[in-house]
Amino acid sequence: MASLVGRHAGFVAALREAGLPVSTAEGLDAVRALEFLDLMDRESVRAAYAATLVKRSAHRELFDTLFDLWFPAALGDGAGHVPGRPGRRLDGEGRPIPAALDPGVQARRRELADVLLDGDDAALRAFARDAVASYGRTPGQESWFSSGVLRALSPDTLMAGLLNAVLTGRDRGGLAERVARRTFRDRIARFERLVAGEVRRRIAEDTGVERTARLSVRPPLERLDFGRANRADLDRLRREVHPLARRLATRLAQRNRAGDRGRLDFRRTVRASLASGGVPLTTRHRPRRPHRPDLVILCDASDSVSAFAHFTLLLTFALREQFSRVRAFAFIDTTDEITKFFAPGADVAAAMTRMAREADLVWITGRSNYGHAIKVFEERYADAIGPRTSLLVLGDARSNYGELSLPVLEAMAGRARHAYWLNPEPRGLWDTGDSAASRYGAIVPMVECRNLDQLTSFVEELA
Amino acid sequence: MTAPAAFTSPDDVAARLAAAGYLADEPVATTVFLAQALGKPLLVEGPAGTGKTELAKAVAAATGAGLLRLQCYEGLDEARALYEFNYKKQLLAIQAAPSDRAWQETHDDIFSAEFLLERPLLAAIRRPDPTVLLIDEADKADVEVEGLLLEVLSDYQVTIPELGTIAAVRRPFVVITSNAARELSEALKRRCLYLHLDYPTAERERAIVLARVPGIEASLAEQLVRTVAALRDLELKKAPSIAETIDWARTLLALGLDELDETAVARTLGVVLKHVSDQERAAAELGLRG
Repeated sequence: MASLVGRHAGFVAALREAGLPVSTAEGLDAVRALEFLDLMDRESVRAAYAATLVKRSAHRELFDTLFDLWFPAALGDGAGHVPGRPGRRLDGEGRPIPAALDPGVQARRRELADVLLDGDDAALRAFARDAVASYGRTPGQESWFSSGVLRALSPDTLMAGLLNAVLTGRDRGGLAERVARRTFRDRIARFERLVAGEVRRRIAEDTGVERTARLSVRPPLERLDFGRANRADLDRLRREVHPLARRLATRLAQRNRAGDRGRLDFRRTVRASLASGGVPLTTRHRPRRPHRPDLVILCDASDSVSAFAHFTLLLTFALREQFSRVRAFAFIDTTDEITKFFAPGADVAAAMTRMAREADLVWITGRSNYGHAIKVFEERYADAIGPRTSLLVLGDARSNYGELSLPVLEAMAGRARHAYWLNPEPRGLWDTGDSAASRYGAIVPMVECRNLDQLTSFVEELA
Repeated sequence: MTAPAAFTSPDDVAARLAAAGYLADEPVATTVFLAQALGKPLLVEGPAGTGKTELAKAVAAATGAGLLRLQCYEGLDEARALYEFNYKKQLLAIQAAPSDRAWQETHDDIFSAEFLLERPLLAAIRRPDPTVLLIDEADKADVEVEGLLLEVLSDYQVTIPELGTIAAVRRPFVVITSNAARELSEALKRRCLYLHLDYPTAERERAIVLARVPGIEASLAEQLVRTVAALRDLELKKAPSIAETIDWARTLLALGLDELDETAVARTLGVVLKHVSDQERAAAELGLRG
């Protein structure tokens, strides 16, 4: 591992293991790129690797984490560390004094506030490195933790002081405060990320780079299971879902455009033929009227698929903005129309809370009951599905051993132009327990859809 | 490739782009430098209005190269991207040919370079002078166009059945931009260097505003870019672009406003937000008094 080539090979292997598709040719590009650069400039080495190896913006965060491990910014305590600065002070019994009573910690907090106020990234980085050296490991602990640093310095609580410092004399609660609050929130988050990165680097020094990499890397966003996504992931997913919805919309619209041309435009054809001496070399056609599909979405909003439900509602929302005629229905054990909550331009978070409060989704049990939900749909909203409709069902097909209403669904699918079912469960679990996946799948083609990759390929295959 | 105007280092790139009116940060400068050094096309992806097309123009201006632009759209085909034969001229040539001339002769004649209409890709390859080829919004084009690009960009040559293979006299500097509305094919991405151009940091955007809007106070520019950054955070339909930030700065100057308070923002919000729903959302989130 000592040689540069070894380090490069290890880094590329780690990227591949983390799920980035790095080809051999791209690895060679990276090496050739390094020849043109000053290797002492760490940021340009990072830029060279990023330009040659990372071809999706969603992979960038993962890349940066691994890059910081393989090409660490410092060794040991780093150059910026002042060795004389002690960590937490201990009381008589060898326990750390509470941070609020420790004058050393309070002085560091004031320093941090100044750095955050200033917004100088290099200073912030140096401060994070130093802070981890001081507080990242309490006496007696074997490993490094960012929690120790964040507990001691508690950067979140600095916000009020920071706002006071910038908003001198201006009224609170207004635009200026909101903008300033956002700026500081970003800087604090940046500080926390720097601390986490620094802690990873320290751990890697102690226990080896490969092992640390495996432990600290989450799968890339497009392979992340919807069911395991946390809040931040859902925010990122939301951004990815919008372009997919737009594509799904165009795909569904295009399916009908097989005959590419419309009727012959006689006048334009004759006019065009004048240029070629009256020989109609090119025929002109009237543009076809674009086909505007109707979309009916039927999504499971029960707790058993809550993370997926959150995602399906995001997808519903995104689709609602793309299609002119979408009707969305949610069900748990009964069905209600939720189209009105998802009006284009509405706020997605607000729409979800309103839906949870106002929509009538629970009939008796509050557990998903596909049979009843489908029946209710057919009774109340049968007119929603017509010959131009694409029907999209989103749910895990687990009906808690209730009835399934297969004939009703068959009638619905028969009336629609297309019908698809996206199931968030791994295919291996279909038909286990109360899952009716294959029985529903026999009526409506069912696709496993648990991450962005699968959703993307579903959208692609529609073409 | 090694024209007198070639870049010598990332710092050189940054300095010369700045002279051309484009403030590049270090990753951008390094990537542009590498694209030129390795002779690879540069794929620039990112949200609309972050200066992807501007980058290509600035590179052209900084290296004294000519800029050829291929704007992609749905339905773009080989005839519009690469070349086609000028059939009107061919028809005239057939009609004007003396009647005793053999058909084969005429046939050879009308499929010569004289009747070739070159489109941006072919033109970029045939140009002997330094060239920046901008393939704009590649995600808008159909997948088939990517296949065409692959062929042209891996060997910098084009085969025209009637004329043979035309190889590049001088490799153009290729910039492909994409808003990532569609994932481009892995094969294309493999052949390119990749640059993700996001909205600039507040510091960089302030520098851009100061450079592009002479006469603006530094403190107002600071307030402006922070406010724009807060707007971009709101997940709007259309987040404000750098160009719109600059427009906003000019508007404030024209109105003689020297502070960006709630009333000033409410009065001029239309300059940066072009959807009613976005404006309502911003007003609600930023606490504007209409």
